[in-house]
Amino acid sequence: MSIVVDARGLACPQPALLTRQALQRVQHGEVEVLVDTETARENCLRVAAREGWRAEVIAEGDAYRLRMKR
Amino acid sequence: MKRFFASRWGPIVSGAIIGVLAALLVYWGNPKNMGVCVACFERDIAGALGLHRNAATQYLRPEIIGFVLGSTIAALLFREFRPRAGSAPIARFLLGMFAMIGALVFLGCPWRALLRLAGGDLNALLALAGLATGVGIGVLLMRGGYSLGRAWPQPAVIGWLMPALMVGLLLLAIFRPVFGEGLPIFASTKGPGAAHAALAVSLVVGLVVGFLGQRSRFCTMGALRDLFLMGETHLLGGVVALLVAAFATNLILTWTTGTPYVRFSFYDQPVAHSNHFWNFAGMVLAGLAFALAGGCPGRQLFLSGEGDGDAAIFVLGMIVGAGFAHNFALAGVPDQRLETGLLKVGGPSIYGQVAVAIGLAFCLILGLTARLRSSEVQR
Repeated sequence: MSIVVDARGLACPQPALLTRQALQRVQHGEVEVLVDTETARENCLRVAAREGWRAEVIAEGDAYRLRMKR
Repeated sequence: MKRFFASRWGPIVSGAIIGVLAALLVYWGNPKNMGVCVACFERDIAGALGLHRNAATQYLRPEIIGFVLGSTIAALLFREFRPRAGSAPIARFLLGMFAMIGALVFLGCPWRALLRLAGGDLNALLALAGLATGVGIGVLLMRGGYSLGRAWPQPAVIGWLMPALMVGLLLLAIFRPVFGEGLPIFASTKGPGAAHAALAVSLVVGLVVGFLGQRSRFCTMGALRDLFLMGETHLLGGVVALLVAAFATNLILTWTTGTPYVRFSFYDQPVAHSNHFWNFAGMVLAGLAFALAGGCPGRQLFLSGEGDGDAAIFVLGMIVGAGFAHNFALAGVPDQRLETGLLKVGGPSIYGQVAVAIGLAFCLILGLTARLRSSEVQR
């Protein structure tokens, strides 16, 4: 089962913080993060890289789905 | 270029360029140790519009206009212009007001704190300690679940309001209309408001800084916040680069012009007071308000330029806050060297001190009570 974090519309640093909390809690598997600004996308991808997760970016209209796996 | 600015070097190069340009702006005419100060310059804009009548701090600063419009240009070029708004605007307006009051008790935003330090003003150390303390309190509140809730996508016109407002201010700055007897666009003839670079120079520097700020996400508050919250140093490099670059430029200016641009001391510093406690406490309030609002004053301008209506509300709150700060004598008064040679230490009036206390209480109540339910973000 994958966790989905909906961080759309949330200001810095909440998308990055929520991503980090989710990744640290589940440890392994799949986490999806929804964001809608480039800044949030960059910040969440940076968190994923630092926590040792692979991430792919899927553009969905004006938002991004960040699929993180480990 | 897109990759470059998102890399570790983005904030560092942007911070360094901002530091050099800010130091040069002093050489070109801006007040000493105030090449760029978002709080001071918004305060000067409030004065130019007559929202306060402190004759020494009135000038429509083109740098601020440039920050917003430079960010708009960058956001359009890189397809990042995203009209959005709706995240607790009233709270953001009040955070902007109190952030300004805190910054003016110290006499500067975080950018100016760095620039003052780069000019040898050691009072900035107290301010930076206060900033770190305020951001630290903000981080604790964020860990406790603080959130002002979501912003939502808006029609394009909403995103264009702030850039349009800035174009309007630019027209006022250029044409300086007089609306009746004693009703001009005010411009100081003495004091820091009278010290400024040529309009075109200030505007171009502002546009460059706005462009860089939008691309690199440069943020002085964010640098400390990310460090405390996640051990992340991405933005911190920019802050250090700004300080080092401004200091180096000041040394070069001192060497080439023969005029001292660096003088290490707590005393006799330009537009500054040496009231240590209030330099610290003012910036605790400002730092906490920036943290709760998600960005330092510069960052809020960049965000408002890329369509963020909530950041725009924060900026308008700061400008109104500046009006109150001077109308009610809340701002810090600079030190004065008397004819007898004695130093009269400045600082905020009792009203300014009470305003800082009220601001801190407001921020703490907001920080402890505004939150998002976890079911709203995770499924």
